[in-house]
Amino acid sequence: MLNRRPLVEFLLAERPDDLLVVSGLGSSTWDVTAAGDDPRNFCFIGAMGQAGPFALGLAMAQPDKRVLLITGDGELLMGLGVLATIANEDPMNLAIAVMDNGAYVETGGQATATAGRTDLEMVAKGAGISATRTVRDESELPALRDWFYTASGPVLANIKIVPEALPLVFPHSFDGVTAMNRFRDAATTEVAAG
Amino acid sequence: MSDTINWHQDIFDVLLEQNFTLIAHVPDAGHTPLIKMCEANNGMEVVTLTTEEEGVGLVSGAWAGGRKGVLLMQSSGVGNCANALALPAICRIPFLTIVSMRGEWGEFIPWQMPMGQGTPGVLEAMGVQLFRADEKVEVGATVAAAAHLAHNTRASAAVLLSQKMIGAKQFSEG
Repeated sequence: MLNRRPLVEFLLAERPDDLLVVSGLGSSTWDVTAAGDDPRNFCFIGAMGQAGPFALGLAMAQPDKRVLLITGDGELLMGLGVLATIANEDPMNLAIAVMDNGAYVETGGQATATAGRTDLEMVAKGAGISATRTVRDESELPALRDWFYTASGPVLANIKIVPEALPLVFPHSFDGVTAMNRFRDAATTEVAAG
Repeated sequence: MSDTINWHQDIFDVLLEQNFTLIAHVPDAGHTPLIKMCEANNGMEVVTLTTEEEGVGLVSGAWAGGRKGVLLMQSSGVGNCANALALPAICRIPFLTIVSMRGEWGEFIPWQMPMGQGTPGVLEAMGVQLFRADEKVEVGATVAAAAHLAHNTRASAAVLLSQKMIGAKQFSEG
């Protein structure tokens, strides 16, 4: 099992110019921000369950850019149906990193369904997302990062991480308008083909 | 006179004219002719959702990427969207939804009543501006007005298509 902060930092360390990142409520948002503030990040601080649909809409609006959704097992479990919607829309530019610690860490560490019988890679596969994997070991990370940056999507990796409560790292602004305006400017700015 | 008005076509024309290219929906009979028109248009992408709340995030994410979307749904889906509507509200993302009403004029299924009657209240509670079309002749202008308001003032707006206007379904006799 992996530690989430160095994991997310690694995943974003070689970030291409055209990579947009969406993070789900809540630990994923703190992780992404801890890896470095960036106008190309949109970090959810509410509306749990909406990060997946938002990332899909973004990917459909910016087909020439890459969208990486980083979200937790609890956030994804709130709206599993979106995996079916994503699979059927089949966006080639969408990659999904599920930070699976089997726990609702923000609220006291209560077990999620993945601590029981639910396997989110199998759920994604059953929903029709053909390229899926489960990652448990640090040795898999270089290949994982390359896959997220370049594989023809949609792809989903369920990443097994340690359930740990870490210091909260707040994003650029808690004000949604400020955050959205900055992100939209970055997301709609053309970048040279990499 | 009003029977000659194709209000589905009127909505389609507004969506086309205002450059809405992402059409998200959970199917409803009231929207079926419009969905077919959108599917037949090469410039539009039609996304079938598993639940209406996905449409709130989808349309919001599309706008963040510079693309205009709309959510088509039945009034029963409005309740599914309540918490998701926090996203366009707090980020002031233009959000347009067109809602075919049930649970009002001539409804015959009791189970449609609570959410149909609760629809305006749920939308208002989440800060969505309400527009209502009771007559076929006003549908196009109402959708145009709601769409303009949503995108010009960065607000959430809903058009409620009344059941009276759509035509209440009935069980067949006998």
